Amino acid sequence: MNDILTALLRLGPQLAEHVLLSAAAVALGIAVALPLAVWASRSANVARIALGFASLVQTIPALALLALFFPLLLALRGVFGEGLPTLGFLPAWLALALYALLPILRNAVTALTNVDAEMIEAADGLGMTSWQKLRLVEAPLAAPYVMAGIRTASVWTIGAATLATTIGQRSLGDPIFAGLQTQNWALVLAGCIASAGLALVADALLGLIERGFAKRRKMLSAIGAILALAGVGAAALALMSPDDQGERIVIGAKGFSEQYILARAIGMTLQEAGYAVEYREGLGSAVVHSALTSGEIDIAVDYTGTLWTNQLGRTDNSGREAMYDAIVRWEAETSGTKVLGRLGFENAYGFAMRRDRAQALGARSIADLARVAPQLTMGGDPEWFERPEWIGVRDAYGLQFGEQRTFSPTFMYNALTSGDADVISAYTSDGRIAAGDLVVLADPNAALPNYDAIVLISPDMANDARIAATLAPLIGAVDVDTMREANYAVDREQNKWPVRRAARWLLDEVTG
Amino acid sequence: MAENAASALQFDAIARNYGDVVAVGGVSLSIAPGAFVALVGASGSGKSTLLKMVNRLVEPSAGRVLVNGADVMQIPPSQLRHSIGYVFQGIGLFGHMTISENIAIVPRLEGRTLPGEEIAKLLELVELDPDMAARYPDELSGGQRQRVGVARALAGDGKLLLMDEPFGALDPVTRDALGERVKRLHAQLGLTTVMVTHDMAEALLLADRVLVMEAGAVVADETPAALLGGAGGEAAQALVAVPRAQAKALADKAQGSAP
Repeated sequence: MNDILTALLRLGPQLAEHVLLSAAAVALGIAVALPLAVWASRSANVARIALGFASLVQTIPALALLALFFPLLLALRGVFGEGLPTLGFLPAWLALALYALLPILRNAVTALTNVDAEMIEAADGLGMTSWQKLRLVEAPLAAPYVMAGIRTASVWTIGAATLATTIGQRSLGDPIFAGLQTQNWALVLAGCIASAGLALVADALLGLIERGFAKRRKMLSAIGAILALAGVGAAALALMSPDDQGERIVIGAKGFSEQYILARAIGMTLQEAGYAVEYREGLGSAVVHSALTSGEIDIAVDYTGTLWTNQLGRTDNSGREAMYDAIVRWEAETSGTKVLGRLGFENAYGFAMRRDRAQALGARSIADLARVAPQLTMGGDPEWFERPEWIGVRDAYGLQFGEQRTFSPTFMYNALTSGDADVISAYTSDGRIAAGDLVVLADPNAALPNYDAIVLISPDMANDARIAATLAPLIGAVDVDTMREANYAVDREQNKWPVRRAARWLLDEVTG
Repeated sequence: MAENAASALQFDAIARNYGDVVAVGGVSLSIAPGAFVALVGASGSGKSTLLKMVNRLVEPSAGRVLVNGADVMQIPPSQLRHSIGYVFQGIGLFGHMTISENIAIVPRLEGRTLPGEEIAKLLELVELDPDMAARYPDELSGGQRQRVGVARALAGDGKLLLMDEPFGALDPVTRDALGERVKRLHAQLGLTTVMVTHDMAEALLLADRVLVMEAGAVVADETPAALLGGAGGEAAQALVAVPRAQAKALADKAQGSAP
C-alpha cells in the first residue's frame, strides 16, 4: 500500500505529460471531427466514407496504430525534412487523435442528422442562411450529444495514451510498462490508478459541461470547462521547469530490465560529467535502431546478433570478431552511427529448461530436444517466433514443437515454473537463470549468433570525443556475472531493487 | 393576366412538378393588399406547395410569384423570408432559446436587437403575459406556443403573413380563440394574409376570400358569402356542405332536446 502511494507521488511529470498528450489528441480529434460531421450531415456519401474510415481506425489495436506512425513519419521526412520527429509526442498525438475521431464523429453526425424537422422548417421559413442555421439552431441542439461523444473519446484517449510509452512519449504508461517488466506490481498499480483516476476526473468535468448544455444552464458548462482547462493549464505549467533549456542527451531502452538498468547507468555516468539526460524507455526492439540512426535518440545499447540478423539481414554465422567488425563498418557506412564498443557481456538467446525437466527428458543440447519436441510447449517473448534467430535454429535442428506460446519476458520465466511451457527462449544474461535453477541447452550446431552488448551513438554525436571519453570506463567493463546480478536484483520477487539502485550498484562494481 | 402593381401578391402561371407528378399546374391570380385569403383543399391538392413558392421554400418549375410587384426569384431567399411572416402547424419554436429570443430571431438574423418593450408589445398582441418572455417553449401549452409562433412571424415587420395549417394541432377552443385573435391582428396591423387550411368552416369564418384547390388547380375563387350562397361549383360546394350539415345537425339536436 505504502509502495503504491510512494510510486503515485513520483508520477507528477508523467501525469502532466499524460494530461497534455490526451488533451491535445482530443482537441485535434474535435477540430477534425466537427467540420467533417457538418459536411457528413449534409451528404450521405461523406457520412458513409468518414464513418467507415473512423470505424476502420478503431479496429486497429491502439498499440499497433501508435507503432505504425513511426515508419509513416520516417517516410514523411522526405517531404518535411530531417527535423520531423518520428518518436515521442508527434506520433502519439496523431495516433491518439485518430483514435478519438470515431466517437466524436459518430455522435455529431447522428445528432445533426436527427435535429427535429420542425426546427429546420422554422429556421428555413424565418430566412436563416445555412451558416446561421448551423450556428443558431443545429449546433446548440446537437451540443449535448456532441459533448457525450467528446466524453467517450476523452476516456478512451486517456486509457490508450498509456501505450504512448512504447514509442518514446512519457506518459502514465511508464510505470505500467516498467512495473510489468520488473514485476513491480506497486508500480503497475500506481500507473493504472493514476490513469483511471484521470479518466474519471475528465469524465466528470466533461459530464458537467454536457449537463449544462442539455439543461440550458450555462453556469454548469462554464464551471466544467474552466476546471478542465485549468487542469490542462496546470499540467503545462508543471512541465515548464527552468532547467528545460539546453541540449539533452536522449538515452533509449528496450522494454526489459537489463536495458532499463544499462540506460540508467549510462545516463548517470553522463550526468556526473555534467550532461543533462532524458530517457525513452520501453521502446520496441526494431524501433530502437531506427530511432537511433534517425537521431531521435542519441545513445542505446543493442546486441550484435540482433543487428546482424534484423538490420544486416544475415543468416550465416561468421564468428564473433568478424561479426562485430562487419557491424561497425555497416553502421558507419549506412547511417554514420558509431559503435562505441562492447560492454563486455553477452545476452544471447538460449533454450532454457527446468533442471529436473531437462534431466527427465535427457536433454543436454538443442539437438537432444528436437527428438522430444512434438510433446513439448515452447514459450517465447512476443518477438521470438518472428525472429530470424528462431527460424535459423528451428531449421538447423528440425525443431517441431507441440505448441508455441508467447509471454511477456517476465511471465516467460513464470511459465517454466508453472509448467505452462517446457522450454523458453531465455536471455543468457538473465539473473533468473541461475536463481531459478534453470539449465541452458548447448547449441552444437552454432545456430544462434553471438549477442555481444554494444553501445551505439547516433550520427549527430558520433564524433563527440567528450561523450566517448565519458563512457569509455564502461566499455569492456561489464562481465556477465555482474549483469546477471544487477538484472536479478530488479527481477526477483523478494527484496526487489528499483532500477536506479541496480544501475548505481553496477556502476560501483565496474568503475569502483 | 396583366401585371397589377397594386397587388400585394401575384401568381403568374406558377407551376411545380415533382417528376411526372403535377403539384401545382399553372395558377394565375392576384391578391390585393389587406386581403385575408384562405387556401382550402384536400391533402395533396397543392395548396401548401403554392404557399411555399411565395417564400421560396419550394422553387417553382415555371411561372413567377410577385410580392409587391417584385419577382421573388430576384430576391435572395433569406432577405425575402425576413420580410414575410411564416406560421406553420409544427410551430417550430427553438427549444434552446427563451420565448423572447424566439420572438427576436428575425431581427437578430438581420443584425438588429429587438428591444424588450417591442417583445412585450408583441406578446400583448397575441394575448400572452409579457412575463413569459424569459421562459422556454417546453414550459408553455400548445396554444401558447402557437401564439408565440405568430408573434415571431410578426416581429419581422413584414406586411405579408403566410400561415400553413396554423391551428391544425390545437384543441377546438384554443383554435377558435387564436383564429379570432389573428383575424383582428390582421385588420389592426393592415396585413395581407394567406392561410392554408383543410377546414372549410375555419376558412369561411376567418377569410374574406376563399380559394378552393383541387389537383393543383384553383377551382373556385369566391367570398365566403358567395360560397354559402351556392357559388363556386361542385368541388367547393362539397367542402361547404360538411360544416353546413354539421351546423344543421347541431341545430336540430338543440331544438329536439329543448324543453
